[in-house]
Amino acid sequence: MEQLNEEIEQIMQTYPGKPEYLIFLLQDIQDKAGYISPESMQLVSEHTGVPLTQAYSVATFYQSFRLEPRGDHDIRVCLGTACHLKGGQRITEELERRLNVQAGETTEDQRFTLSTVNCVGACALAPVVVVDDEYEPHVTAKKLDRKLKILEHEFDENKEGGPDA
Amino acid sequence: MPEQQAVIDNTHQRLQSAEDLNELRQHLCDRVDPNRPEIVVCHGTGCMANGSTQVTEALAAALKKAGSEAKLMPGIKTTGCQGFCSRGPLIIIRPQGLFYQQVKPKDAEEIVQQTIMQGKPVERLLYQDPKTGETIHTEDEIPFYKMQQRVVLHNIGRIDPSDIADYIAAGGYQALAKALTTMTPEDVVAQVEASGLRGRGGAGFPTGRKWRSALQAIERKGRPVYVVVNGDEGDPGAFMDRTIMEGDPHAVLEGLILGAYALGAQMGYLYVRAEYPLAIKHLEIAMMQARAYGLLGDNILGSGFTFDARINRGAGAFVCGESTALFTSIEGKPGNPRPKYVRSVEEGLWGRPTVLNNVETWANIPLIVNKGGDWYADLGVPHSTGTKVFSLVGKVNNVGLVEVPMGIKLSEIVETIGGGVPDGRPFKAVQTGGPSGGCIPYSLKDTPVDFDSLTKAGSMMGSGAMIVMDDSDCVVDVGRYFLRFLEEESCGKCLPCRLGLTRLRELLDNFAKGKGSEADIDDLISLSEAIQDGALCALGSSAPNPVLTTLQYFREEYIAHVKDKKCPAGVCKDLITYTIDADACTGCTACARRCPQNCIRGKKKEAHIIEVGDCIRCGICLETCKFKAVQVD
Repeated sequence: MEQLNEEIEQIMQTYPGKPEYLIFLLQDIQDKAGYISPESMQLVSEHTGVPLTQAYSVATFYQSFRLEPRGDHDIRVCLGTACHLKGGQRITEELERRLNVQAGETTEDQRFTLSTVNCVGACALAPVVVVDDEYEPHVTAKKLDRKLKILEHEFDENKEGGPDA
Repeated sequence: MPEQQAVIDNTHQRLQSAEDLNELRQHLCDRVDPNRPEIVVCHGTGCMANGSTQVTEALAAALKKAGSEAKLMPGIKTTGCQGFCSRGPLIIIRPQGLFYQQVKPKDAEEIVQQTIMQGKPVERLLYQDPKTGETIHTEDEIPFYKMQQRVVLHNIGRIDPSDIADYIAAGGYQALAKALTTMTPEDVVAQVEASGLRGRGGAGFPTGRKWRSALQAIERKGRPVYVVVNGDEGDPGAFMDRTIMEGDPHAVLEGLILGAYALGAQMGYLYVRAEYPLAIKHLEIAMMQARAYGLLGDNILGSGFTFDARINRGAGAFVCGESTALFTSIEGKPGNPRPKYVRSVEEGLWGRPTVLNNVETWANIPLIVNKGGDWYADLGVPHSTGTKVFSLVGKVNNVGLVEVPMGIKLSEIVETIGGGVPDGRPFKAVQTGGPSGGCIPYSLKDTPVDFDSLTKAGSMMGSGAMIVMDDSDCVVDVGRYFLRFLEEESCGKCLPCRLGLTRLRELLDNFAKGKGSEADIDDLISLSEAIQDGALCALGSSAPNPVLTTLQYFREEYIAHVKDKKCPAGVCKDLITYTIDADACTGCTACARRCPQNCIRGKKKEAHIIEVGDCIRCGICLETCKFKAVQVD
């Protein structure tokens, strides 16, 4: 935690204290911490001179900002037009059932965050799901099941003491 | 990409003049042995997702193993997207130009042993024309590539996008050197005007005219003036700009520097979608290299002209593709558009005169400066000059990126280049222009693809997404899809868009549920017209287009939903039932095991049945069945 605070402090020093750097700061903090905590938001607001309410308005206007911690694995279902025609919605519903969350939510055990994305521009692979920044091409219910089982397995192993355990 | 490090280390090699650039280019070209084989691996997003990184590793290992046995050790080059995404991973062996598709890491050894060592093609990796069964050896003989005219994309698939030396060797930055040494800023604007180039981002506004208006605004208001790249490619189904930024980032940058020279700008911005991390990375590398070479920054090529640029990552808002919203986003605020009583060439970023062009537009500029506006104007058709890059996706055999001259028939793109619709299904329509565009039906398949013809057909060019639909795609569902998309992306500032789109979507929801009546069609039309007239920006005013064009061409399909309570395409959940054809069912139990409702009954090796009452129509049984026994009515 302390290390993270230090890193956030470092990010602050990268940009001049001007309102135009607000989005840069929020993005860099989210890249590092996974989400924007109320404390980070306060720091950014003070650094850039943008009132807290306005910083909050920016963070909620843009879809990519998260104000709550993410799960260990990030699952994003592409709902671009090509993916829609090839069953992207069906894939989303299947994942919602399988993980017992709605799109946009994180599972209770903090394992998975499920979200949808408007188009990742990989239409030749439709329907596409992006799992932790890796593209899963031509997904089916069966392929998803296999992928989730692998991720769940890794999660359990990690809990018991590192990936090699 | 091993060269990358070397290139960045070469910071001492700052080019002081256009002659320096020419000398460097000569040196780079002399260095290349034309007989040395080269294995070119596509590292576009599609091929990478299909494992091209592993293919590259396997090829490197196989080459190492072959070692000194090879007369000339081949180089491996990784490039941006070569376009034929549905056949990836793709590799091309030069100098022969052999085109291998769907290459797997395990093929690497055979490629090295057979093709590199013995000069013989690996037959099974060659492309086979599905129509004629003929095996095709080289890229330019494949129908998908043959009909294309690659102008903007000429470097992509040929150069390593992270190596400025490759771009320079291919003639890169020659246009900049030419402009700085032999042309006045006015000459550059005149060439762009003569080219007839129209903005590739959607609206098709003449680029030369935009630049001219900006010059007039500068005369009145003085400088600073800004130049901006719109790389916020938000249309779902579009990935042209992504490919250009990833595969030829220096072309975008050179275009921007030329624009800055023409307008006298000292600062530029590249606004790139956050969903495109590779594009951002390649642009960052390109800018760093260009600065090191003296092609960006102070005193470019010793000419006294100074210009720099920076990248702004988008944060996930479709509306930021709109110019005024994009400017407020660069300023660090929520991306709300403003009314355009005063155009952005007069009052854009920071309230200053600003020229914003799309990625593909900027990438065309070096070509126009190099070869002349007249050369460009000869490409394509009058009023829509040049070429256009399209992402051809959806229900089409050859999914990928294509570049064609303007004015080509829609059917030539879908049927000849795209290879038609898979599984012999009928070609129903093509959706162009994304959420602002419309559906062009099969009956208009010979519509010429240019700005004005597409608008006449009720659709628009848009940024270049072409989504092919077959008879299993429902127009009501597609209309709902785009409305839901825009409803979510509406910034909420003006009422016609904020509430109008929601109401429009609710009306369509009723069609999808079989509720409502034919009279609702009149409501759809009048509400659409109100939104078109009343919305503040193009996101809202163009939003009803998908609904209006589908109503124009597929009215009977809307009526079938409310009158017969049927979805002819078998998509709208409330109007369909899943059944199992007892004759086709083998009783393999695969569907029953996957059914989330446990509502498929039947014994092993006997025909199964779906208990319709419990079925939620999730479609998993349909996807799972290998015997085509699950049917939708």
